[in-house]
Amino acid sequence: SKTRNKIVQSISETLTGKAQIDDNTLDQIEEILITSDIGAETAEMIIDNLRKALKSEKDRSVENVLRLIKIELSKILIDSNNKSQSFIKPYIIVVVGVNGVGKTTSIGKLAYNYKNLGYKVIVGAADTFRAAANEQLEIWAKLAGVEIINSNKGADPSSVVFETIKRAVDENYDIVLIDTAGRLHNKTNLMNELSKIKKVIKKFSDSAPHETLLVVDGTTGQNALIQAIEFSKVIELTGLIITKLDGTAKGGMVFQISKKLKIPIKYIGVGEGIEDLQEFDKETFISALFELK
Amino acid sequence: MFEELSLKIDAALKKITGQGRLTEANISDTLREIRRILLDADVNYKVAKDFIDKVKEKALGKEVIASITPGQLITKIIYDELVELLGGGHSEIFLNPTGATIILVVGLQGSGKTTFSAKLAKRLKERKRKVLLVAADIYRPAAIEQLKILGQQVDVPVFSLEQKDARLVASESLKYVKEKGFDTLIIDTAGRLHVDEEMMKEVADIKEIVKPTETLFVVDSMTGQDAVNSAKAFNETVNFDGIVLSKLDGDARGGAAISIRSVVGKPIKFVSNGEKLENLDVFYPDRLASRILGKGDIVSLVEKA
Ligand SMILES: Nc1nc2c(ncn2[C@@H]2O[C@H](COP(=O)(O)OP(=O)(O)OP(=O)(O)O)[C@@H](O)[C@H]2O)c(=O)[nH]1
Ligand SMILES: Nc1nc2c(ncn2[C@@H]2O[C@H](COP(=O)(O)OP(=O)(O)OP(=O)(O)O)[C@@H](O)[C@H]2O)c(=O)[nH]1
Ligand SMILES: [Mg+2]
Ligand SMILES: [Mg+2]
Repeated sequence: SKTRNKIVQSISETLTGKAQIDDNTLDQIEEILITSDIGAETAEMIIDNLRKALKSEKDRSVENVLRLIKIELSKILIDSNNKSQSFIKPYIIVVVGVNGVGKTTSIGKLAYNYKNLGYKVIVGAADTFRAAANEQLEIWAKLAGVEIINSNKGADPSSVVFETIKRAVDENYDIVLIDTAGRLHNKTNLMNELSKIKKVIKKFSDSAPHETLLVVDGTTGQNALIQAIEFSKVIELTGLIITKLDGTAKGGMVFQISKKLKIPIKYIGVGEGIEDLQEFDKETFISALFELK
Repeated sequence: MFEELSLKIDAALKKITGQGRLTEANISDTLREIRRILLDADVNYKVAKDFIDKVKEKALGKEVIASITPGQLITKIIYDELVELLGGGHSEIFLNPTGATIILVVGLQGSGKTTFSAKLAKRLKERKRKVLLVAADIYRPAAIEQLKILGQQVDVPVFSLEQKDARLVASESLKYVKEKGFDTLIIDTAGRLHVDEEMMKEVADIKEIVKPTETLFVVDSMTGQDAVNSAKAFNETVNFDGIVLSKLDGDARGGAAISIRSVVGKPIKFVSNGEKLENLDVFYPDRLASRILGKGDIVSLVEKA
């Protein structure tokens, strides 16, 4: 965006033009952070730490100041560990999140990735609520070339979950991906439904679900933290997927989620195509905060 | 979190109680707290800054009358300013008394366009309009199916084509309307990113083809700082007439609405607040203003004023 362009440029000018990094420059850095949805409090904390770090720094070049901020930011983000430790079969992955964030699309992409890695994959369409949720997942399953357990509209989602896992056990599937309906975290009945799904999964194995991924729309602002907090109260979250990062939003709210809940980001969504899911890379993500697009 | 903030505001406000006139010095803490509230509610950084400057300008030098505290006075200024910013202009959609009314629904992916289209269809059908829904999203898997199911639920027919060409869907739907005598057309388009040139060109073309009575931009109330960028780009491309704020049944404060409102200056016409098709409301600026400022506290302060 143009503003970011101006800011980054003016930071460079300020920093190269003057020996002293002044409050104005720090304000501009704060603006970059806040407009990335990092949140006012976290931004202030980072700027404070930067101020302190700068006291003992002789090198006040642009590069060095940016390097220091990146170190600060890097400290906050939990390192993601995408290599699954011991591979339990079937490996059950549940995908949750509020409405329209990209759960079903991400499941399609994940199914495709696992399939390409040579795994036998089955997806369960446990969104029995949204119009054509089933049909949507079915198209993705076909694209990915994986099996699907479908449901009837209005059916009990946990019965679809049960059926999917049972089939996976009986027919020796490696990976189970469960798509769930979008639900706002402040709707008690829908959150209860989610905890029922969890119970059904636990019946198969105490260690399951092996992964519960919260999908967060990359354009979301400060509400993302509340989403993560509320979902994690109902089901233990093992990772985040941040979607729609192919736009101009930066996804900065993950810093607060990471700080507060210590949940790693596993993947980012960068488009609507089946190959548009990337493993999260901390350095790239942090650098992108300061880049123009 | 909100309570903590309102406590802080109260504290900041207390410092200026009992002083006769609002000055730069005695309102600065308050303004900083208000800025923080706005940022926490997802109001864009720059928009929040301009807003605070405007409030400051209005507040400085104001005489405090005996019955209220300076804190109450400044809070009232902020609240009023916000309501004014959010309101203003007409907020109903324009329905053509003669000829067809064409409503084009646009926005980012997953913002709630299809759901809103069906909700609006239901509402207008209840007003005795002959409504047709048009499925111009040819990309998203099962998008047409989704609209058909929703159309069925509200008993409104859905126009779609086998061909994967959104422009063609748009132009054919116009012919269909004439043949069948519908008077209201609601066109659901694919979600698209404002940086996707090809897709933005498509929606501009669709607009050119159908010449809508109203173009509505649907935005998720959970949207953060980037709302200004997407809204600006959409506005430049399709020059929309109004905003629909969706998913307001969540607990996001909805500050993006202020950002959008101030960068594009278009009215918010509807609030979509639930997954059910009756969950559609007209927009009340005062409700959103209190929501953004943090529920009861500020409003009760204002009422005292
Ligand atoms: N640009 C972009 N669009 C995405 C991405 N991920 C998903 N989408 C789009 O976002 C919209 C919503 O995606 P879905 O996968 O249906 O979201 P969901 O969370 O399953 O939605 P519900 O089930 O209705 O809650 C669709 O139009 C997707 O194509 C992404 O990474 N980038
Ligand atoms: N809670 C709630 N959910 C909503 C609301 N409006 C839409 N949704 C949900 O949000 C999700 C996305 O809605 P859609 O209407 O499919 O959004 P869209 O903009 O058409 O999505 P794309 O066509 O993929 O770009 C679905 O799960 C809807 O049920 C709302 O006001 N409140
Ligand atoms: Mg879905
Ligand atoms: Mg849609």
